[in-house]
Amino acid sequence: MNVTRRQMLILLPAAAVAWESVLAGTPEEAPNYKLTEHWWSMLIDIPKCIGCGNCVRACQAENDVPVGFFRTWVERYHVSDEEMTNPQVISPDGGKEGFPVAQEDGEKYFFVPKLCNHCADSPCTQVCPVGATFISPDGVVLIDPKYCLGCAYCVQACPYGCRYIHPEKKVADKCTLCYHRITKGLTTACCEACPTGARQLADLKNPKDPIHEFLKTHSVQVLKPQMATGAKVFYNELDGSVR
Amino acid sequence: MSVFKDAGHLFRFAGLFVLAFLVFLVVRQYIVPKSFGQYGHYRGAAIDEIAAHPVKYAGHDSCETCHADVLDVKKAGKHAHVNCEACHGPLAKHADDPASVTPVLPDTAVLCARCHTASAAKPKGFPQVVPEDHSTGLPCQTCHKPHSPGMEAGGAK
Repeated sequence: MNVTRRQMLILLPAAAVAWESVLAGTPEEAPNYKLTEHWWSMLIDIPKCIGCGNCVRACQAENDVPVGFFRTWVERYHVSDEEMTNPQVISPDGGKEGFPVAQEDGEKYFFVPKLCNHCADSPCTQVCPVGATFISPDGVVLIDPKYCLGCAYCVQACPYGCRYIHPEKKVADKCTLCYHRITKGLTTACCEACPTGARQLADLKNPKDPIHEFLKTHSVQVLKPQMATGAKVFYNELDGSVR
Repeated sequence: MSVFKDAGHLFRFAGLFVLAFLVFLVVRQYIVPKSFGQYGHYRGAAIDEIAAHPVKYAGHDSCETCHADVLDVKKAGKHAHVNCEACHGPLAKHADDPASVTPVLPDTAVLCARCHTASAAKPKGFPQVVPEDHSTGLPCQTCHKPHSPGMEAGGAK
């Protein structure tokens, strides 16, 4: 084979590019979903939550959450005028079957649905000694069950109490923001089942997502902002007594 | 090379270290998964594995393919923004195979009460009743259609 110097100079970079693509391996299976085009979060509209527990049941059905453990749960706050900083919080069975009826006593009651905050700078991912938990390029904190040792460092590190050790698998487990659903264009099971729209999945990288307008026009907070976790579950009209 | 005259044992020892390092590199090649480090300090393939979990809730759009008539009624009523599976439960299997997997109708006595039982903890604007006083034990659908529950025009009676 006779190759001139000119041809050689053209062929070399071409070969390099070809070799790069071989090294990179086969392209991903889902061509429509691009990891870098999303940054997932959730919006929780406190004034809309009625404490029906639909989200808790939906989450358990969708994700086979073991009985007695919760990837999402609902808390009911009862704040009296005298003790603003010492609210009474109940969450019977995670709010799965609703809440006992509260009698009108002129005091403040409200529901707070909780789940993994999918923090951008999460303490849980930083303490994992084996790289089993991580934040994906699209902003979801996930656990690799094949790598997890079950040491529970992350369970202790989460300031929101969102993680548990799965009683059968003996690995850490938590909300995946229904990653298997949102990557297929569906919303999460909890948002799907919420009858009042109190929970909304939001994509911060999508300029057309109504979250942007909502964040600009409402009083929105995250839980424990002083922890600087970069929490991405936004609460509308969150009361100061919520911890 | 007089300095290294009697240093043979050091070279042999260093050789041992180099060999051990090479063995480490080879073993590491086999043990560490290919996708480790693809996006960060974790196994990149785990993302695809988690994304491949089966879906249980089919999603509102799936219902519309066959049940457009019910959805038209629902859209006109108070339950317009309540998704089908909020009441009917997870029905992805039914959506995949409508003929053989048929959903069970929910019990309205349990279902309606979950949301509409009066409680001071609920938002004031949300429609709520004390079930014992409101219906004296009658099933909700005696007066209300679940897909369009209002009592005025467009409702049941």
